[in-house]
Amino acid sequence: MIFRTFLFALPFMSLSVFAGWDDINMSPGATALGQEIFGLHMTIFWICFAIGVAVLGAMAFILFRYRKKEGVEAAKFDDSTFLEFTWTILFALILIGMSIPATITMIRAYDDTEGDINILITGHQWKWQYEYIEDEVSFFSNLSTSLDERNNLAPKGENYLLEVDEHLVIPTGARIRFLITANDVIHSWWVPDFAIKQDAIPGFVNTGWTQVNEPGIFRGQCTELCGQYHGYMPIVVEAVSPEEYKEFIIQKKEAKLQQAALTEKLWTAEELMAMGEGVYQKNCVACHQVNGEGLAPVFPALAGSDIVMNDKARQIEILMEGVQGAAMQSYAEQLTEVEIAAVITYTKRSWGNDVNGNGEIVAPKEILDYKTNKL
Amino acid sequence: MSAVIESHHDDHHHGPAKGFSRWLYTTNHKDIGSLYLWFSFIMLFVGGAMAMVIRAELFEPGSQIVSPEFYNQMVTNHGLIMVFGVIMPAFVGLANWMIPMQIGAPDMALPRLNNLSFWILPAAFGVLLSTFLMEGGAPNFGWTFYAPLSTEYAPPTVTFFIFSVHIMGASSIMGSINIITTILNMRAPGMTLMKMPLFVWSWLITAYLLIAVMPVLAGAVTMMLMDIHFGTSFFNAAGGGDPVLFQHVFWFFGHPEVYIMILPAFGIISHIIETFSRKPIFGYSSMVYAIASIALLSFVVWAHHMFTVGMPIAGELFFMYSTMLIAIPTGVKVFNWLSTMFRGSLTFETPMLFAIAFVALFTIGGLSGLMLAIAPADFQYHDTYFVVAHFHYVLVPGALFSIVAAVYYWLPKWTGYMYDEVLGKTHFWLSFISVNLTFFPMHFVGLAGMPRRIPDYAMQFADYNMIVSVGAFLFGLSQLLFLFNVLKCVYYGKSATAEVWEGAKGKGLEWTVDSPAPYHTFETSPDLTKPQTNS
Repeated sequence: MIFRTFLFALPFMSLSVFAGWDDINMSPGATALGQEIFGLHMTIFWICFAIGVAVLGAMAFILFRYRKKEGVEAAKFDDSTFLEFTWTILFALILIGMSIPATITMIRAYDDTEGDINILITGHQWKWQYEYIEDEVSFFSNLSTSLDERNNLAPKGENYLLEVDEHLVIPTGARIRFLITANDVIHSWWVPDFAIKQDAIPGFVNTGWTQVNEPGIFRGQCTELCGQYHGYMPIVVEAVSPEEYKEFIIQKKEAKLQQAALTEKLWTAEELMAMGEGVYQKNCVACHQVNGEGLAPVFPALAGSDIVMNDKARQIEILMEGVQGAAMQSYAEQLTEVEIAAVITYTKRSWGNDVNGNGEIVAPKEILDYKTNKL
Repeated sequence: MSAVIESHHDDHHHGPAKGFSRWLYTTNHKDIGSLYLWFSFIMLFVGGAMAMVIRAELFEPGSQIVSPEFYNQMVTNHGLIMVFGVIMPAFVGLANWMIPMQIGAPDMALPRLNNLSFWILPAAFGVLLSTFLMEGGAPNFGWTFYAPLSTEYAPPTVTFFIFSVHIMGASSIMGSINIITTILNMRAPGMTLMKMPLFVWSWLITAYLLIAVMPVLAGAVTMMLMDIHFGTSFFNAAGGGDPVLFQHVFWFFGHPEVYIMILPAFGIISHIIETFSRKPIFGYSSMVYAIASIALLSFVVWAHHMFTVGMPIAGELFFMYSTMLIAIPTGVKVFNWLSTMFRGSLTFETPMLFAIAFVALFTIGGLSGLMLAIAPADFQYHDTYFVVAHFHYVLVPGALFSIVAAVYYWLPKWTGYMYDEVLGKTHFWLSFISVNLTFFPMHFVGLAGMPRRIPDYAMQFADYNMIVSVGAFLFGLSQLLFLFNVLKCVYYGKSATAEVWEGAKGKGLEWTVDSPAPYHTFETSPDLTKPQTNS
């Protein structure tokens, strides 16, 4: 570790000489496109490196050779049209040389024909939603690094801040097209190994594509400032064999059916509270805080809120529809009926709200009814 | 100073007023120049303190001293203050001090406008900084304030931010009108355009850029204001608006703005290098053409900040090629500076050291800029620390070093006293080492995948971030030495001669007046149509 500090003695020269290449250079790419862009990057880098060495070397020579000496007069010349033309043409030639491989790679990267599998990626504050368009499977992917690790109360794991609860699973050997958009502010979906970075913009659908041939796990992050937890919405893509992928889709579909069945079950207050606490920790604490006090003035408190304590109908409506013009988004798609019922119950019975308000429980059926009535 | 003053002029010829009102009511270009420079010096420490908070938070992985929300406020205000509160006012201050003296004019053309354009600046930054005390906190959406994060999802203080940006813009526009009017109308007889000092040329072009783009910025923030308070949907997709439109408008302002922050530096560095090389500048006319072509190109490259928004491929290629073109005039400038030093008789006083560091480190920043211009590779560089490294290389050892160099270069002319050379050189070496320690490793973490504007990061970035933070703290502390040196010069410096530097002979009209420059200079224009002799 420490010896890397030597790099600063020889900023340019040391790039490839010392160990830790991965820590100081771009990902060499896990896909053909990624490798091609890496190759382009290295070509451009070595050209710039050579120019830098030439210019700084010439400068060092001049500074040493022409320092003021006794009895040596400075020259008087102040122009040379020949030199000016020569180096202008030289620069132009170097630039043309650089633009050719860049143009070729650019055209290859910009291919948005349909994929074997098409995945709609939606950026939310501060999580990613993945929707497998053909299979009608959809889920959210949240940061799974614990608050204790972030607050230095627990040792940090190997993938600190680069781990999520639900991986985006893709099959190897297939052409995957990503359709990228956002629900609230602008985000940007970046997986360095794929060399894909596309802004996720509300109202726009951008595209990117990849084809991974070897199974593996690839990590990335949101790269457009999207609010206070911008640094906490990583991306984890898992490439698996086509068989495992099929299995994954089947599991997801079954899970969806099981969720629907849960809605019919009769829930006790304790069960709802236990589940609600988990849902709250995962989805709500970022804004409303663990203690339900919120962060004034943008994120209102839930503790002592009149709506939470006494107006069940309005609270269900807020969770289902979001609040226009505020940071509160709709959770109708993100959470199941059971989860929404549980988290509402949890907020109505926490932080003294059960004492000051009616402390009612909300059954999953009520959420289902809200949805049905809306139709 | 040998100007002959006729007796009936005596009652008009007065020195500065006493006390604070001198500064409040002054219309003197030197006073206003000093005001601008001190204002930007103070803001340098305000913005610098924010950078220190940022680097303390990033010293190690994990939450350190501030919340993610406050971290975003620091990032945003650090950027806004350094751009609008430090680099731009410092250049305007230098323009105020030096343009009249370099063109042989008695003052700026519009002295009262000059006073106004300075005094609304502290008001603008007062408004901006007051948001820290308000509910909801200061602006937190980055200095680029992309909608809808800065509209629908912004803290309520965004309205103060908009107001503040409007005032800054008004100040810049008034300043530019003044500079253009002065340069075009008040040059000494015989100073044709192609005989103007390069600093004057660079500012003439910069002032046109300002007039062209500050209204665009004003338009962008006005549309934000309408979206926030008056129900329009310029940038709101749900209302039929277009969030990408914001970025186009912003960068149509923003890219020329980048050159506004570097063109005056080109002028300064040219003067310093010719003085300490004891040679005339190499390729004067190509320097002028290079500045002009960089300025023109700056209007057609804006979308290279937006390679990842999903432009059509024709757009990507156009903006890639046009951006690469900028390397040509920039390269010409670097080669001209090298040729000026070539076969010169070089000495290395503090201004020259900063100027040399400028050329070397600006070249590095230029080369990383060329890498960023390559659109497909930019997919990987965009919004990472590689970009942070790039623009800090052109703005800190670039623009800021040129301002520091200019202060050391002209301080004896302004105050009549020499600064402490040993302290100056110490300041230089500390700054030079720490600036590289701060910004060079950012290239590495950026390429390795660290995004910008994050308050916490993955473990593999830990080593370099610690080095960056140490470098940043050292750089911050070194600037206290600069402040000390300036104050020491003002209060305890040794007297300076009119020419100050051995190599300054024949290098401009400012060296023909006494040190300190009298309160009023060139009340009678020097006649340059006759062969010139240094007074």
